[in-house]
Amino acid sequence: MLTTLPFVLLLMGALLAYVINRRAAVSLRAGGAALHSSPGYHGLFAGLAVIIPVMVITLLWMFLDGAVIERMILAGLPAQAFDGDDAGAVSLILTEIQSLAGGRVFGEPEPWKQEAADRLNALHSASGILLIAVIVVVSIAILALRRARLSPEMRARQGSERLIHGLMVFCSVVAILTTIGIVSALLFETIKFLNKVPLTEFLFGLNWEPQIPIREDQVAASGAFGWIPVLIGTLVVTVVALTVAVPTGLFAAVYLNEFAHQKFRAFAKPILEILAGVPTVVYGFFAILVIAPALRSFGAGLGLDVAPNSALAAGVVMGVMLIPFITSFADDAISAVPQSLRDGALALGSTRGEAMTNVLFPAAIPGIVGGVLLAVSRAIGETMIVVMAAGLIARLTLNPLDSVTTVTVQIVTLLIGDTSFDNPKTLAAFALGMMLFLVTLGINILAIRIVHKYREAYD
Amino acid sequence: METAAETAAPKITAKNVDVFYADTQALHNVSVDIPDRQVTAFIGPSGCGKSTFLRCINRMNDTIPICRVSGDITLDGQDIYDPNVDPVQLRAQVGMVFQKPNPFPKSIFDNVAYGPRIHGLSKDRAELEGIVEKALRRAALWDEVKDRLDTPGTGLSGGQQQRLCIARAIATRPEVLLMDEPCSALDPIATAQIEELIQDLSSRFSVVIVTHSMQQAARVSQRTAFFHLGNLVEFGNTDDIFTRPSDSRTEAYITGRIG
Ligand SMILES: Nc1ncnc2c1ncn2[C@@H]1O[C@H](COP(=O)(O)OP(=O)(O)OP(=O)(O)O)[C@@H](O)[C@H]1O
Ligand SMILES: [Mg+2]
Repeated sequence: MLTTLPFVLLLMGALLAYVINRRAAVSLRAGGAALHSSPGYHGLFAGLAVIIPVMVITLLWMFLDGAVIERMILAGLPAQAFDGDDAGAVSLILTEIQSLAGGRVFGEPEPWKQEAADRLNALHSASGILLIAVIVVVSIAILALRRARLSPEMRARQGSERLIHGLMVFCSVVAILTTIGIVSALLFETIKFLNKVPLTEFLFGLNWEPQIPIREDQVAASGAFGWIPVLIGTLVVTVVALTVAVPTGLFAAVYLNEFAHQKFRAFAKPILEILAGVPTVVYGFFAILVIAPALRSFGAGLGLDVAPNSALAAGVVMGVMLIPFITSFADDAISAVPQSLRDGALALGSTRGEAMTNVLFPAAIPGIVGGVLLAVSRAIGETMIVVMAAGLIARLTLNPLDSVTTVTVQIVTLLIGDTSFDNPKTLAAFALGMMLFLVTLGINILAIRIVHKYREAYD
Repeated sequence: METAAETAAPKITAKNVDVFYADTQALHNVSVDIPDRQVTAFIGPSGCGKSTFLRCINRMNDTIPICRVSGDITLDGQDIYDPNVDPVQLRAQVGMVFQKPNPFPKSIFDNVAYGPRIHGLSKDRAELEGIVEKALRRAALWDEVKDRLDTPGTGLSGGQQQRLCIARAIATRPEVLLMDEPCSALDPIATAQIEELIQDLSSRFSVVIVTHSMQQAARVSQRTAFFHLGNLVEFGNTDDIFTRPSDSRTEAYITGRIG
């Protein structure tokens, strides 16, 4: 209640500002004045002028009041509270006081703690009331100011456009900053990793055995961190997946788009969409329970030795997962080619197949390539299916019948269980994450460039 | 006045053609005979069904799912809606230039070479180049594009694109050419060149042209059909239509009172 009330007040203030200024502008106009901006803009401008600063104040207040109150409590504690002035003890006392304030009493608290807890509660409610007062006062002040400034010449449209523009800039900056934050967190850990394992060993090493002794006296290898086998494993699975998904997906799209009966299309499209919405864990089950045994017995029939966890099984299932993705991308791209081009091709005596292969498909290539490369990114980043179906041991092999491991699988296994964030084993996960990020980034850049190049050639 | 066209066997005959888009009827009982080696003009106010009728002749209406055509249309005496007739073959014989230019997103050369390639009209590259050059010359575009045949056709101006589409249609060597307002995006010089091309083409095959310009119809065509609200109001020699229209609606249209 106490946290929602400020926001309710805030919204009400903004709404009030909107209504009042709009009304005022309407009556100005009714009085014969020629308004520069329409009344709606006057209202909008007043509303925004209230909501933006008051929102900032409220958020800052809620963000900071905890820390301020803490300080005040600590300052008010009797000297006996601090036996030694070490930070851990202080935060322990604070936590204790906070749980007392929350009504969770364990045993017999010292009276000064109880007193501090009461004070904490009092301060909190005072802060809440003060915040509400501030919101009301500031809102009314701004509202009064805007109402007083309202005049026919006021450029409320430009004003509100500027404010909205500012909001949009703020939102995009948030998105960019988040990305930068994620990347720098990753980078930071990667650098820590590279302090323990040389870059050349990581990039070019052919061994991936991140088994680090947990205790000093354990007998174990010191661990090897060459990511090449993991990379190769990822590539093998991805190539298998794309070999399944790209031709199937594209043919399905062409068929659905050009040749399928309307009824079949109406039936097949929703099914594809359902397929696209199946959680990848379920695909993982499918891989383990159906595809892997089938491949094994099929391989046995041919005299081939297929590992129980094989890159082939994981790749095939991942390919199945990507089919609807590619199909719907390609279908959209082909549908987006103007009808007039298809008419032009048909009117020259092309069959529908010729029109598709010679005109529609090439014209749709930018969209299709973009979709395929996005599928590649997804295949490389896909985790669940490979965790379940591909295997854990990093083996340097190009044979899809072998068990391989991928970057994402390794990240998962490295971070599972008891981990401390200062040994190379855990840090290696971040280094792998960084590489994954770089590879997908590279692919996405490539996708954008290819799309761009074809655009230039085609429109 | 009897002309050769009325006595010779017509290239295309249409009898009692009705066209429906879903439940709305766009053409009512249209019957015309389109002569060979002549230019026939379709005129009429916007929305009266000229393009619709044109699309019946090469069965492009088949591509519109809601469109239904009934009646008889024959090409050289053969019913083109007969189940045995392959619309693909028909469209190779009956070329079409659309109201809006629609060059393919390919090079200028590939645009013009499209028809000859899919129909195997040339033995080798040299012959193909010859066909392309000839088509571009006849469409009055060659001089403007001869140095950039490998640049995209979509990069041309609107009028150039329209001439490219004309070149593309004639490179396929149709027997009938249907042109839906081919000059609406062209300047007077290019228009004159296209009209010359139409005259030239009509010495070998029949041309049907839809136009909103009375002068153009009068200049290029021997026969004129006037459509109004889905009806064929009047069809006859161009001279007669423009000098002594027999229907009051025709007269009102050509004198600019309706349309
Ligand atoms: N694809 C379609 N679906 C539904 N109705 C259509 C379609 N195409 C044309 N029509 C209708 O058929 C009628 C005739 O259209 P048409 O395009 O043949 O006119 P037009 O004489 O060529 O006109 P304009 O001179 O403007 O090109 C119009 O009423 C139009 O709304
Ligand atoms: Mg038309």
